[in-house]
Amino acid sequence: MSLGSVLTLLQTASELGLISALTVLALYLSYSMLNVCDLSTDGCFTLGATVGAVVTLSGHPFLAIPAAMAAGVSSGFITAFLQTKMGVNSLLAGIIVNTALYSVNIAVMGSSSILNMNSSETVFTKARDLLSNTPFKEQYKLVVAAIAVIAVGVLLALFLRTRLGLAIRATGNNPDMVRSSSINPVFTTIIGLCIANSFTALSGCLLAQSQKSVNIDIGTGMVTIALASLLIGNVFLGRKKIPLQIVGMVLGAFIFRLVYTVALRFDMPAFMLKFVSSVIVIAAISIPYLKTRFPLFKRRLKQRFGRRAM
Amino acid sequence: MLKISHISKTFNPGTADAKKAIDDLSLEVKRGDFITVIGANGAGKSTLFNAIAGSFITDSGTIELNGKDISLMPEHKRAKKIGRLFQDPMRGSAPGMTVEENLALAAGRGGWLSHVSKADKKAFRDRVALLDMGLENRMNQPVGLLSGGQRQALTLMMATFEPPELLLLDEHTAALDPATAEKVLSLTESIVSENNLTCMMITHNMQSALELGNRTIMMNDGRIIMDTSGEERKSLTVADLLVKFREAAGKDLSNDRMLLI
Repeated sequence: MSLGSVLTLLQTASELGLISALTVLALYLSYSMLNVCDLSTDGCFTLGATVGAVVTLSGHPFLAIPAAMAAGVSSGFITAFLQTKMGVNSLLAGIIVNTALYSVNIAVMGSSSILNMNSSETVFTKARDLLSNTPFKEQYKLVVAAIAVIAVGVLLALFLRTRLGLAIRATGNNPDMVRSSSINPVFTTIIGLCIANSFTALSGCLLAQSQKSVNIDIGTGMVTIALASLLIGNVFLGRKKIPLQIVGMVLGAFIFRLVYTVALRFDMPAFMLKFVSSVIVIAAISIPYLKTRFPLFKRRLKQRFGRRAM
Repeated sequence: MLKISHISKTFNPGTADAKKAIDDLSLEVKRGDFITVIGANGAGKSTLFNAIAGSFITDSGTIELNGKDISLMPEHKRAKKIGRLFQDPMRGSAPGMTVEENLALAAGRGGWLSHVSKADKKAFRDRVALLDMGLENRMNQPVGLLSGGQRQALTLMMATFEPPELLLLDEHTAALDPATAEKVLSLTESIVSENNLTCMMITHNMQSALELGNRTIMMNDGRIIMDTSGEERKSLTVADLLVKFREAAGKDLSNDRMLLI
């Protein structure tokens, strides 16, 4: 493999890694901070992609970004409302919204399950034109994705230091303590999920614009892929302070993509992506658990076979 | 100050497990009162606190705080006026957040998007130093790394950072080792007297029930069966309390953690 193709490989992995890092940051807020496993992530990612695509097709690639994020906020609000005000279990709320979003997404695309943006301007083509005379003319996608991730990462880090941010972190940590600080955990959960889902939708919107097409399956399995990236990120920087944890999330998304891209090179078929992400999530969650069980297992083995030996 | 009129609460109503935890209970607390609450297991002491703090809404009756009816107010809104400590030292603070972040939330200063200022940080450190536990040097450590006693002392600080109108202490020293328990209790006394707080404290220690505060109430089966203060209370001994309980409840006082000394 030549150096050139290695660099191309790295660049593709970085682009996709950075775009999916936005979904990882969304899960960082909902899963790590609020302690809510938001299973509407897949549908919300697709919602961001479809809404973004429709607005892009109408000739407004930049407007597509706030439009997609607003759609994500509404989706997050409904998921949060169901679990805090309507007595729906939090996992179930996500699944229900995810199912409903399938219909919504087809409706947004005008009763079609696929949209093409081949002939329209996107934020990426705009960036390509802008960067055409600079050394970064080949890396225009990377530049756009990096700007989005840096902006979201910095805003998130600043937000988590505010009183509202602290309250959201405490909600996942000890809701009793939030109530006794005169803050309604219902309020913090709703705000947290709205923000998280706006990131997820942004992620979907950028992926759609970058590949110039959307299909209804674009978000399938995103929650597992993002969770795998989040857990990889936690391995490296999970115990550090918040800003470093955020860097860790982006790093996790990048490493996940890199490993996947390399695996593809070694002839792993592309359809294995979702299987691999599932295995990573299982391993990352189960290994720490099994580690705590291992000493007991060893003693039981010793007891059983030690006696026989005697 | 606090006026509880004829409140009742039945758990699991209409089932075989139905339990009348609070039974037509009325109580008036005056400003500056420090009331100790004693009673057998399941007498409804903690349930009474839950009712006052708003963990549930009572089936009937009214609760007034400073002339305002709070009977239907949700828990987090009552928390502005009512501070509370539980037996479990883990319940009052967020383990994954630092000492400083916990205090910042409890202090509740500024708007939603405000940051913790340098002045706030200094104020937090100064207050924590009063605990004399060395926590002022551990402001940026997660609370989960502190011991139970340190966490309970911190919770006390958090609950009284902005002095509440009413402080509810639910056996807040019971889960601590004796030396730490004594320290947290003396801290409680000094904070309560310095801020002239109105306070109710559940305790299983009969001796401190009589020594602390200015008034003692005894509960049984969701009712108040004895309410003593002033000269009468000063002359009471633990033995008198046991006799009084048997007279009022028609049975011996049984509490598996009760300390009679």
